[in-house]
Amino acid sequence: MNKKHAPISRPHLPANLAAESAGAVAVAESPRAEDSSHASRRTASDTHLAAVNLQKTYYKGRTEIPVLRGADVRVRRGELLAIVGQSGSGKTTLLHLLGLLDSPAAGEVRFAGGRVDNLPSRQRDRLRNSKISMIFQFYHLLPELTTLENVLSPRMIRDGVLNYWRHRRQHHAAAARLVELVGLKHRSDHRPRELSGGEMQRAAIARALINEPEVLLADEPTGNLDRGTGTDILKLLRTLNRQQGLTIVMVTHDESIAAQADRIVRLADGRVAAA
Amino acid sequence: MYKLLLCWRYLRTRWIALASIVSVTLGVATMIVVNAVMDGFTTEMQNRIHGILSDVVVESRNMEGFYDPEWHIARIREAAGDRIETTTVTVTVPAMLNFQYRGTWVTRPVQLIGIDEHAGGMASEFAQYLQHPQNRQRMTFALHDGGYDVKDASGGVGGLVRPQLADAGWKHRRRWGSLFNHQRYVEQQQQQMQQQTVEPPPMSGKSTEPASESEAPVTDEPAATEAPADATADVVEVADEVANDGSNANANATDGAPAPDAANTATAPAAAVVADGTVALTQQSAATPAEPAADPFGAPAAAPHMFDPESEQATGCILGMGLSSYRVENGREHFLIVPGDDIKLTFPTAGQPPKAISDVFTIVDFYQSKMSEYDQSFIFVPLRKLQELRGMIEPRTGVGFASSIQIKLRNEEDGDLVRDKLQSMFPPELYVISTWRDKQGPLLAAVAMETAILNVLLFMIIAVAGFGILAIFFMIVVEKTRDIGILKSLGASGRGILGIFLGYGLSLGIVGSGVGMVIGLLFVVYINEIAAALGKVTGREVFDPQIYYFSRIPTIIEPLTIGWIVLGAIAIAVMASVLPARRASRLHPVEALRYE
Repeated sequence: MNKKHAPISRPHLPANLAAESAGAVAVAESPRAEDSSHASRRTASDTHLAAVNLQKTYYKGRTEIPVLRGADVRVRRGELLAIVGQSGSGKTTLLHLLGLLDSPAAGEVRFAGGRVDNLPSRQRDRLRNSKISMIFQFYHLLPELTTLENVLSPRMIRDGVLNYWRHRRQHHAAAARLVELVGLKHRSDHRPRELSGGEMQRAAIARALINEPEVLLADEPTGNLDRGTGTDILKLLRTLNRQQGLTIVMVTHDESIAAQADRIVRLADGRVAAA
Repeated sequence: MYKLLLCWRYLRTRWIALASIVSVTLGVATMIVVNAVMDGFTTEMQNRIHGILSDVVVESRNMEGFYDPEWHIARIREAAGDRIETTTVTVTVPAMLNFQYRGTWVTRPVQLIGIDEHAGGMASEFAQYLQHPQNRQRMTFALHDGGYDVKDASGGVGGLVRPQLADAGWKHRRRWGSLFNHQRYVEQQQQQMQQQTVEPPPMSGKSTEPASESEAPVTDEPAATEAPADATADVVEVADEVANDGSNANANATDGAPAPDAANTATAPAAAVVADGTVALTQQSAATPAEPAADPFGAPAAAPHMFDPESEQATGCILGMGLSSYRVENGREHFLIVPGDDIKLTFPTAGQPPKAISDVFTIVDFYQSKMSEYDQSFIFVPLRKLQELRGMIEPRTGVGFASSIQIKLRNEEDGDLVRDKLQSMFPPELYVISTWRDKQGPLLAAVAMETAILNVLLFMIIAVAGFGILAIFFMIVVEKTRDIGILKSLGASGRGILGIFLGYGLSLGIVGSGVGMVIGLLFVVYINEIAAALGKVTGREVFDPQIYYFSRIPTIIEPLTIGWIVLGAIAIAVMASVLPARRASRLHPVEALRYE
């Protein structure tokens, strides 16, 4: 069963690829999600991604360090949500849990209506690959690969060798378009170490978009950049959010950045503080 | 797909990993070289060992041998005729080689082998090792005029040079023969002069020495069969010694007997001296029948049939190269005797109890099988002659005895089968039947064991390389921790990560052993050039053909062996990467991403 986002326009992607990536989702879909897909982006207030009473504790030796003590966050479809909080308030942990990089000690992560944190690792890998992508403060590009290859890497992970090889032209075209979209066309054959911080973050964003995800999780995307570059990145995210209906969750400790989000969630001491 | 790309990229950018694979490369190269050389040596050695040994040998347990070898051959052919190519009758007997070199007697224990030069079989096989080109075509026990190989025929380009063989043959023989004859003549003249001055009463000489009369018949007995032998017995005493012998004889005669005796013995030309110092009487007896009334003035002409080394040869014999020469410092050989020289062989007769007899033989050629054991002990002589000398011919029937039958098979692999068949036919109390492998079994087994141990050790070197890979891979995994986290955050599964590192190990193994194979094969192909270059650099010859008897290092490239080596090395590389790869695949993505 395909879940197409008809109202969302994706001008930079060929239709068949969009369908392909959407069809690859193996997430259990609830009727509610089905209904919501037809709703208008602006008016819809349905939950796209949700953290339900999430708890997470780290252990350092024998001492327990509780990071999350029952965080509840609902991310609406198509919104740009900022999560702010002090250092150590658990915002990055929350983002990792939402991005299925980690498993919660208790609570649930729900995506498009279904619980995803307890899925088999294979399905979680798929989800992470195609539906929920992430960008990081330190960009985390693979140093051995060029910008274009970095952008392509989620595709390579998604497809087998043969399958990838058969559609390599389309993949390359898609990646080239994304690289152009983020304004790195002239840098597509450079290695990450030859790029500036802003360029690396742009490359990371392009990489996050290659498999046409529904949700983009950004962990302090501007944390390592100067104000001007940070603003550019933010503008880019905003454009993506507006034009493609991408749901974006952004963790930041910079209030001025957070202020540009649709909504702000404050984390304090492992819980969502009253706004 | 990302696995392939990353493997490829890691391969191109991680030079440290390539350093780890260098040990695999070297291990593979070494194993290939060692195996090729060992195979080459083993095969070459087996060829050498097998060289003049027949596939199967039927031997008699006693020295008398067995009667009627033809009957035996018929039975052997009856039993396994379809597998047999040729059979050769031989007489093998331990013997003592004597020759004089610059005034001293050289004595060596040898194995005397009587072989029929016309019978083909083993003789034609063996001919390829001879030093005269014509003998290699068709072996004969007749001395050649010259033309012996000065250059080692089997030695290739850098082979040995033997200048001493340049004038071997009749040329050499004529030279020392003429000197010998000259000195014999001078000696005879001196003795005549002595006779004239002493003027002995002819009859009283004999009457005063009854011992010589009584002894004469005793020595006469063998002389009947050994007439030529006795006549030539003293020929071995090389020309420059003859004068000494003569004076020696005179001295002995004058010491132990009155003067008339000396005159009496003087009728015998070049009196032979027996080791115990008594005057040999054989010459006397040889001379007496021809000229009972000794004519003091016609001595030279009076000799019955005077053996003339200038124009005659004794029975031919073929010596092993190792018996005739020794090595001097620069690796060259110095020949004590060359074709054309005479030697004396002493060996037991076939009777009971065996008596020692000796005879003079002329060296007609050398053989060099390059198996030093054979080259230093075997002497080949004509079969019939040896049978006659040892009394191995039944006088009434004329049928000989033989001590062994050498069998050459159509297919060497049948050796054990034929041996077992023959063993059931011939009573083991009288016959020993063995294959050439049986005879050289311990040596072959030792070489096989050596190869096996060497392979085990070398494979351990590759295994050590495997641990190096393990360590370096752990390092790479640690270094790549963040990248692993990134890949996982992008949706790569644990299996995918495992695949990357296993694939990386595999490709390193392939690259390492592939390069190793190329290096190894190049080394094997150019091994002689490399050895020569090393020799030039170090000033020491790495591979001395004089020691090994090979002019070139023998190598055999066995594709199957190389395949196993390469596969083994790749397997080790992959196995070494399993542990680090598992560790990588189990890394927690969040922790990996945080890793600095």
